[in-house]
Amino acid sequence: MADETARIEVILKRFPQIKRNALIPLLQAVQDEFGYISEEAISSIGAHLSLPTSKIYGLATFYNQFSFTPRGFYHVVLCNGTSCHMSGSGELLSELAKLLEIKDGETTRDGMFSLEVQSCIGACGQSPVMAVNGEYHSRISVKELREIIKQYREDAGR
Amino acid sequence: MGVRLEVNGRSIEAEKGETILSALNRHGMHVPTICSMKDLSPSGACRMCVVEVEGSENLVPSCSFPIEGPMKIMTHSPRVLRARKTNVELLLSNHPDDCLYCERNGSCELQSLSEDLNIRERRIPGKRSPHKIDKSSPAIIRDPSKCILCGRCVRICEEIMATSSLDFAHRGNELKISTTLALPLNDSNCTSCGQCLVACPTGALIEHVQFPELEEHIHAPGKLVVVQYSPAVAVSVAELLGYKPGTDLSGIINAVLRRYGFDKVFETSFGADLMIMEQARIYQDRKRDGQVLPLITSSCPAWIHYAEQYYPELLYLLSPLKSPQQIAGALIREWFPKAEKEEGKEIVSVVISSCTAAKTEARRVEMTRRGIPTIDLVLTTRELARMIKLSGLDLELLEPELPDAPFYSTGSAGKLCGVAGGEAEATVRTIYAQITGTEIPASKLHRFRINKSYREMIVKAGKTEIRMGTVSGLANAVALIEELKAGKRKLDILEVMACPDGCVNGGGQPIPAEEKLIRTRSKAVYDMDNGTKNHTAHGDPLVQEIYRDLLKEAGGKLSQDLFYTTYLKREVLL
Amino acid sequence: MQADKEILIKLAQQNPSELSPDELGQTALLRKIQIPRPLVMVNSSTSGIVAGSMRTWEAIEQYAAERSIDIDLAETGSIGLSSEDPVISVQLPGRTRIFFSRITAEKVPSLLDDLFHREVPDQHVIGQLYREGQEPWKDVPSLEDIPYFALQSRIVLESCGIIDPFSIEEYIAGGGYRAFLLTIRSYTFSEVCDLVSDSGLRGRSGGGFSTGEKWKAAFRTPSDQKFLVCNAEESDPGAFMDRTLMEGDPFRLLEGISIAAYAIGSNRAYIYIRSEYKNAIRRINNAIKILREMGLLGDNILDSGYNLQISLRKGPGAFVCGEETALIASLEGRRGIPSSKPPYPSTSGYLGRPTVVNNVETLSNLPGIIRNGPDWFKGIGTTECPGTKIFSISGRVKLTGLVEVPLGTSFDTIVNKIIGGVGKGRELKALHVGGPSGCMVPVELMDIPVTYETLKEKGLIMGSGGIFVMDDQSCVVNTVSYFMEYMNKQSCGKCIPCREGTRRMAEILRSITRKPADEEGHTTLEQFKGVMQLETLAEVMKDTSLCGLGQNAPNPVLSTLKYFRHEYEEHIFNRRCPSNSCTELRSWFIDVDLCTGCSICAKRCPAEAIIGTARHPYFIDQEKCIGCGICHEVCKFTAVYYK
Ligand SMILES: Cc1cc2nc3c(=O)[nH]c(=O)nc-3n(C[C@H](O)[C@H](O)[C@H](O)COP(=O)(O)O)c2cc1C
Ligand code: SF4
Ligand code: SF4
Ligand code: SF4
Ligand code: SF4
Ligand code: SF4
Ligand code: SF4
Ligand code: SF4
Ligand code: SF4
Ligand code: FES
Ligand code: FES
Ligand code: FES
Repeated sequence: MADETARIEVILKRFPQIKRNALIPLLQAVQDEFGYISEEAISSIGAHLSLPTSKIYGLATFYNQFSFTPRGFYHVVLCNGTSCHMSGSGELLSELAKLLEIKDGETTRDGMFSLEVQSCIGACGQSPVMAVNGEYHSRISVKELREIIKQYREDAGR
Repeated sequence: MGVRLEVNGRSIEAEKGETILSALNRHGMHVPTICSMKDLSPSGACRMCVVEVEGSENLVPSCSFPIEGPMKIMTHSPRVLRARKTNVELLLSNHPDDCLYCERNGSCELQSLSEDLNIRERRIPGKRSPHKIDKSSPAIIRDPSKCILCGRCVRICEEIMATSSLDFAHRGNELKISTTLALPLNDSNCTSCGQCLVACPTGALIEHVQFPELEEHIHAPGKLVVVQYSPAVAVSVAELLGYKPGTDLSGIINAVLRRYGFDKVFETSFGADLMIMEQARIYQDRKRDGQVLPLITSSCPAWIHYAEQYYPELLYLLSPLKSPQQIAGALIREWFPKAEKEEGKEIVSVVISSCTAAKTEARRVEMTRRGIPTIDLVLTTRELARMIKLSGLDLELLEPELPDAPFYSTGSAGKLCGVAGGEAEATVRTIYAQITGTEIPASKLHRFRINKSYREMIVKAGKTEIRMGTVSGLANAVALIEELKAGKRKLDILEVMACPDGCVNGGGQPIPAEEKLIRTRSKAVYDMDNGTKNHTAHGDPLVQEIYRDLLKEAGGKLSQDLFYTTYLKREVLL
Repeated sequence: MQADKEILIKLAQQNPSELSPDELGQTALLRKIQIPRPLVMVNSSTSGIVAGSMRTWEAIEQYAAERSIDIDLAETGSIGLSSEDPVISVQLPGRTRIFFSRITAEKVPSLLDDLFHREVPDQHVIGQLYREGQEPWKDVPSLEDIPYFALQSRIVLESCGIIDPFSIEEYIAGGGYRAFLLTIRSYTFSEVCDLVSDSGLRGRSGGGFSTGEKWKAAFRTPSDQKFLVCNAEESDPGAFMDRTLMEGDPFRLLEGISIAAYAIGSNRAYIYIRSEYKNAIRRINNAIKILREMGLLGDNILDSGYNLQISLRKGPGAFVCGEETALIASLEGRRGIPSSKPPYPSTSGYLGRPTVVNNVETLSNLPGIIRNGPDWFKGIGTTECPGTKIFSISGRVKLTGLVEVPLGTSFDTIVNKIIGGVGKGRELKALHVGGPSGCMVPVELMDIPVTYETLKEKGLIMGSGGIFVMDDQSCVVNTVSYFMEYMNKQSCGKCIPCREGTRRMAEILRSITRKPADEEGHTTLEQFKGVMQLETLAEVMKDTSLCGLGQNAPNPVLSTLKYFRHEYEEHIFNRRCPSNSCTELRSWFIDVDLCTGCSICAKRCPAEAIIGTARHPYFIDQEKCIGCGICHEVCKFTAVYYK
């Protein structure tokens, strides 16, 4: 806890100007550092910028980038842009929902996987595309998806 | 600069820069609105106010469209009507069919819009968003399924009450009104002021009704059900009962409450009278001991709640007194059974108030003795109106009655507390008399009654000057306190009321709370004062009697025990 | 670096014809026309990375290290062929550069072996890039001659995939920054506005508003501070021209921003870019840093007295933040919610100051316009719509990628001639143009010249230029329903018609693509009632929504109701998906020969539509089946099939 406070302090120091337009960069820094935005972070940022915390929560829930629960050990990003959708990412999504028992924006109970659906991650030519902790898998089928997830599970077990 | 508009074929004059809506309203033309609110920032969200403007491809929101030059406008063309109707139908497609069971049945803007637009069929089918009702707050219930996301609550809580408990969260079809981290309202920084629920057009925000609980007690054997009601209630319940706004219904209320089954009917203003006596004493003590001033009043529970959250460092300036209803309540609970020789009967102590925060106040640990709450139930003006309607009594046939002795005011000092500035005025009257030995001429303080959110005046009592101030609306209070902290202002006594214009505009008051009605209510309170001979708390024979027989002196041991309280910093996410 | 810097600035100031032979030699070196060592360039743009170009890169490094070959390895952006990634290009000293497609790591050794033996492999060749003084390869087509490049007019994309996006040397040597220096040295603010107005450049984000006129409005509004904002949100899924530009040629964008900021008299510019665009962000940050070091950004740029700061802001992810007022709200640290116009950002925008918001492609057009003059620009495209437009093409096509053509080119040229049309044995059904709020173009309209006006006449819009190609296996209703669901998720939720309207329309469309749970009663009725409302809803949404998102969200529905009504009718009245892609409309059967009678399907069927006795073949009651396909999924004996 004390550690968290100190790390938040360090981030706040990087934004000495107490202006509202520093809010998003601040939250992004916190999200990058911790992988999520904690209650403590909200209240420190609120105090730092003299902003009601409801405004911070309201803002953060508006944007996809921020989450209030820690991300999984594996962060799965599935593209559901037009191309990927038409190449079957919808089915991949329901398969993931079955395999991991989570929906977009959620993390598995054991903290192993979290899932985020994005729209177009920039490789429509290789759709459908999925990224796990930044590692890309392109042109995947439902069967390959099962294999991929299995592989990650095994890797984590080791 | 004048501009000519042609509206529905009629030519009207408008100012450059003003909105279309403001020009229309000035000429008595009506366009339905939901999200726009007087004095609050425009949002242009609901699209109900759209009109057809010649040359514009889409319809134009009249509430936020500035007039730049001459325009041809249609406010009720078939295209406009279809758009409005469809948008209301879209709202209804995500709305429960709950009118019959709804708190706002009959005073709901969505209901009357549907009625006005002649919506008679559910044309657009669809799934409704799932929501949980938040009943955590003793004062306010939030039912998001009835929320139409107009944002009025958000803006009033932020801009008028400087609290910002609520904001929009998420987006698209997930959009909702939420506290920080979706905490239950009671765990948030909400002060229970109830301003949001008065602003809410629908039943999404309603008071935490206690009226049904009252039903359980009222005729139960072995129970002595005692009620007190506040002056702000007496002057506003008329609006809900078909009387002329501003009618003082005190006498009728007394009669109705007795018929309804209350064993005793008292007035909260008696508690206010005692509070004034004690407050005058505290003021004199602090002044004499050279303590830091101003003495800040503590009768408004929403303000107390706010100060405990935002100004823990200033709590020592607050008067340590409980609110009038709690003072009266303490007497009722402690003293009344003995006096009445009714020991053995369980007292149920009920308050009828203009205030939703009083519901939360009643749950404070500080407002209990030996684990028993001083006040059992707090009902609002609106709940009173419902009770009266339920009683089936024909009010026209009732003769006004007096409240029960000994807890009512024969004078007007305590009653003045219903309006912002009243408490400061009444307290200064007593202080003045204590210093000079003479009564202050009533007219001397009338300058204090101008219609402004912050008023300040210097009263000369002999050689001493009393700098008195009153502020209402928490955002105004914050601005003022920041000035005090910065040393830009000096005051001896400051009255803070959370609701703009004070309790006449409280969260438990009749809806709608239009500016004109609020002014009428304030005037009615001042009329009470003008219409009586006894203007002071110390001059009230009943007050004198209780000090003589029981309390002995202001600030005495029993007063301290019954009427004084303490404040604590409140740890919540601000 | 210091000497380099001076040479570079000198280069940027002069016409190539005025350069000394020595300087020309320098230029050739910087432009990688003359190279001392073999050069391998790897497309490290997002699309390349997804396809594995970083592994390709490592394989090349390893190859060179193992054989002790001295090579230069450099990054490039994408030449625009996303489906062909990883694309790499190899240039040997004195020879032309050859581009190869789909070079994954394992293909590296044999490819490089061949090339170092002066042989060109048979496969994977895209073409060679001719440049002055280089010896071409035999039997390798010139890039300019292959259909994909031949019919394009690459002006904005000219260097994408060719140059190293991390190298300002290459950018300047190729003519970069000449326009900006000309701007700050020779023109007043308003002259630049006039010049761009005169060129006829129109915003490339979709609306087609005159860029010069927008600038003038901001320029004329008096204020202590003005802002230029580059809109790099590129929120349309399936649009990737802005990203490709930023990843492939970031200095061009920064030069464009500098010119635009100067034109409106602003000293402060922001690039608002999607936070997901990590690769573009890296390149732009690098470019800004270099420009500062060079003195091309900062205070008193090259002693001109003009100051300019450009900062990058990462958009935290919301489609609607592409809308300019929402973008500004987001910059200010608020929820990205659009606000009513007027006031327009050009008079009251960021922090209440005059603010011009321009799209990446719009801004990337500026260096060319200033360098070559407005008349040159007017010579491209049509009179009303001069210049080029970049389209990003995906879907059921042979190639996926970017195409830059003069405005006025037909869809037929773009999709059939340049990209090669739909896959073999398939038929083109429609083009979905302009992303989720775009519209569906039927085959009959493939020949119309693409300009803002012609499309509008047909009830269509260009949007930002995403084209999704649909063949006879793609379902119109299903696609429209996907878009509407997307818009519903992306709506900011502020206004009723958009928030509730997109939701209801999405529900109605979705219900068309599946069989109702009970064919007789309630749900059929509800479904039917909904369909009847589609048009009214669409019109009211257009009429009353606050911003472009809600106003344009019904476009796919309106355009398909106009051009593809029969597909709706098939779905609604015959409960049949003509392209057989709406799975929940399918009719399922059990193969009597394969079914073992295990009864699993019957137990799992949500509609209790499967009947039979254990150990005998089961069958499906078509009246009851809702087409969910669960039986197909659970059958271990693949006995369930659809027709
Ligand atoms: C819902 C919505 C999304 C938009 N998204 C983008 C976008 O991603 N990129 C963009 O440049 N403009 C987008 N725009 C247009 C911008 O509002 C704005 O008009 C544009 O940035 C102006 O640039 P231009 O004049 O250079 O075209 C969007 C508009 C709307 C209504
Ligand atoms: S909020 Fe209004 S419309 Fe909704 S149920 Fe209550 S009375 Fe009816
Ligand atoms: S208004 Fe209509 S629905 Fe409501 S109670 Fe009366 S008859 Fe019934
Ligand atoms: S009761 Fe008052 S403080 Fe609480 S949410 Fe409503 S307006 Fe805000
Ligand atoms: S709770 Fe009431 S006031 Fe608040 S947004 Fe909903 S409907 Fe409007
Ligand atoms: S001003 Fe009156 S009604 Fe409002 S919160 Fe205070 S005491 Fe209650
Ligand atoms: S149209 Fe949609 S995105 Fe635009 S303001 Fe309204 S709700 Fe928000
Ligand atoms: S699951 Fe397959 S094999 Fe078993 S009963 Fe069904 S169709 Fe026959
Ligand atoms: S598809 Fe199969 S499981 Fe689904 S309803 Fe039809 S018979 Fe039942
Ligand atoms: S739609 Fe998935 S990468 Fe573009
Ligand atoms: S009242 Fe004008 S948009 Fe709501
Ligand atoms: S045409 Fe509908 S899914 Fe096919």
